[in-house]
Amino acid sequence: MVEAKFLKFDTLSLHAGQQPDKITGARAVPLYQTTSYVFPDVDHAASLFNLERAGHIYSRISNPTVSVFEERMAALENGVGAIATSSGQAALSLAVMTLMDSGGHIVASRNIYGGSHNLFMHTLPRFGISTTLVDPRNPDEFKKAIRPETRLLFSETIGNPGLEILDIPTVSDIASQAGLPLMVDATFSTPYLLKPFDYGANIVMHSATKWIGGHGVAIGGVLIDGGNFNWEGSNNFPNMTEPYEGYHGLDFTEEFGPAAFIMRARAEGLRDFGACMSPQNAFYLIQGLETLPMRMSRHVKNASLVAKFLNEADEVSWVRYPGLENHPDFKLAKKLLPKGAGSIVTFGIRPGSDGARKTGAKFIEALRLFSHLANVGDAKSLVIHPASTTHQQMDEQGLLEAGVKEEMVRLSVGLEDPVDLLSDLRQALRSSQK
Amino acid sequence: MDIHINNLRIFAHTGGKPFDPNKPIFVLIHGAGTDHTFWGLQTRYFSHHGYSVLAIDLPGHGRSEGVPIDSIEETALWLWKVLDQVSYRNVILAGHSMGSLIALEAASKRPDDTDALILVGVAERVAVHSDLLAAAKKNDSTAFDMITDWGFGQKSHLGGHQSPGLWMLGGGRALLAECSAGVLDSDLSACHSYIGAIEASKKISCPTLLLLGDKDRMTPPKMSVPLKENLRISETKVLSDVGHMIMIEKPNETIDVMDEFLRRALS
Ligand SMILES: Cc1ncc(COP(=O)(O)O)c(C=O)c1O
Repeated sequence: MVEAKFLKFDTLSLHAGQQPDKITGARAVPLYQTTSYVFPDVDHAASLFNLERAGHIYSRISNPTVSVFEERMAALENGVGAIATSSGQAALSLAVMTLMDSGGHIVASRNIYGGSHNLFMHTLPRFGISTTLVDPRNPDEFKKAIRPETRLLFSETIGNPGLEILDIPTVSDIASQAGLPLMVDATFSTPYLLKPFDYGANIVMHSATKWIGGHGVAIGGVLIDGGNFNWEGSNNFPNMTEPYEGYHGLDFTEEFGPAAFIMRARAEGLRDFGACMSPQNAFYLIQGLETLPMRMSRHVKNASLVAKFLNEADEVSWVRYPGLENHPDFKLAKKLLPKGAGSIVTFGIRPGSDGARKTGAKFIEALRLFSHLANVGDAKSLVIHPASTTHQQMDEQGLLEAGVKEEMVRLSVGLEDPVDLLSDLRQALRSSQK
Repeated sequence: MDIHINNLRIFAHTGGKPFDPNKPIFVLIHGAGTDHTFWGLQTRYFSHHGYSVLAIDLPGHGRSEGVPIDSIEETALWLWKVLDQVSYRNVILAGHSMGSLIALEAASKRPDDTDALILVGVAERVAVHSDLLAAAKKNDSTAFDMITDWGFGQKSHLGGHQSPGLWMLGGGRALLAECSAGVLDSDLSACHSYIGAIEASKKISCPTLLLLGDKDRMTPPKMSVPLKENLRISETKVLSDVGHMIMIEKPNETIDVMDEFLRRALS
């Protein structure tokens, strides 16, 4: 039996989306720092604007450096196409604005990044879009929350910061039975650890700011279309299946088939909302992608060493890492994330005499290698106290529901030598109890 | 646009312009397991450059109702029925892969009604690998993988698409995966059992373009030579670093070559 042969993940992360530059022979992806592109003639210009020919017009809509990043992400995710955005939040807004109209409703996991929570609960309602939050550990809640006006199911693959694992196969079945797309924020897993389309998700987004870049030098996001949602069959998405006045009556499904969503998002959302990625940032993020497989395998190795260490430390009252057997989603993580359960570890410090918050603060300030900052996924190890920072806009009830405990410390485990990481944690834990 | 034939709805994409029977009619026929969207850019370009384009979805494909026809000759007869329904003008026929065999056969059946013929990714025989035939028969998704792998040229496996942000292997695979059960089997069987290409070539009188990819593993350029030897007026254009999915892999060059050929052929 002959078998189809495709380039493997590590190869794609170095090459996908790029052919060496024909004119200069440049091997690296050149940085096309330009806003616009000279048209050979008037007819050619008109053809490009009218989507009769393929090519670049203006860097808000597309740029050759950015396109390499987009195509590479689509290749790594097994998608049909991608759009790079100015940030992870811009990728989420672009997806929502492409799919939804005023009056629409979203069912979203309750355990998500604080910024996404704000968008759903405080900002989108101003535009007539409401959201019901549900427990991602209980797929049935997604099903029960679906209403006639629901247009999207949303969750993170690994929740920030609670590290809940989404049962993508089950939730994607619920979504497809309801004729709705499932979108996942796969920032914490990256395509190296998990490919959501293989399990039935329809749209994937990343904050590329995190592990995709890995260097912590560029903010960016990316939206990827799985090309596996039946827009026509669902009957819920006139934006995808009816003539669009903003483009001479173009019907995106008729014109682009499986790439309807990503083409609409570019033709409308990037054009009108304009949250494009800069070529410079795409250039940085491409450098990051080249080493994604190597970094991720080291990230998960170090994270599981750190989790095991904390699990045995006296100063620690609880540890949460989906790769630990005591994590409620351990089995699901083994199935969906066989290469490793990411590199975020959260834990609670046993409160000293001056209370949980103070002990946590002492710990964070005593750390020497871990940097205290508001980011994750850097090659360098990072630490933060979510309740007072990333999730501080939430009240006590909201924090509880989002799985953020007062004493919780979140570590983003980097690529340093694990011996140094463990020794830093050991000394800071000791200091925290003094 | 919808065309009704035998009480079935047949869809033809007109590329963003309403069908105008007074312009030259340019018919685009897709290959096995795909649909009109494979000709997306070409459809839009030619419909905005003086032609009335009909990118037809064959029965059971894309937006067309019905069941797929498992014979090239029968599909060619069916095609004329559809075309006679919309106009009695002469037509330009273009096809890709299985569609190229249908276009060739259709042109041979009514040479006087065909003004020009464009065969993209064509061969004298489109013999399909037995493993692929077997997978398609079982509606096994490995058939989509095999076509995607062999269909796209090696260079296209790296991407670098002309349409920003699109990953063509993913797009091709996703379109094939939309096929209803039995469609791919029927299409591949039709290709495999068709042996009339040389006889058909002898009957064709209009200018014919053979548009090929130098790295095509499904219909390698040398397999079109017997057709060229039997066609009365023909020219061959081989695009470099391209596999079998020519109009997806090099959409702009495909437009340029077709446009230039038609200007000469119709003058
Ligand atoms: C899971 C998750 N999604 C989205 C975002 C937002 O991404 P960005 O900061 O790139 O806008 C973040 C940022 O922390 C995140 O952690």
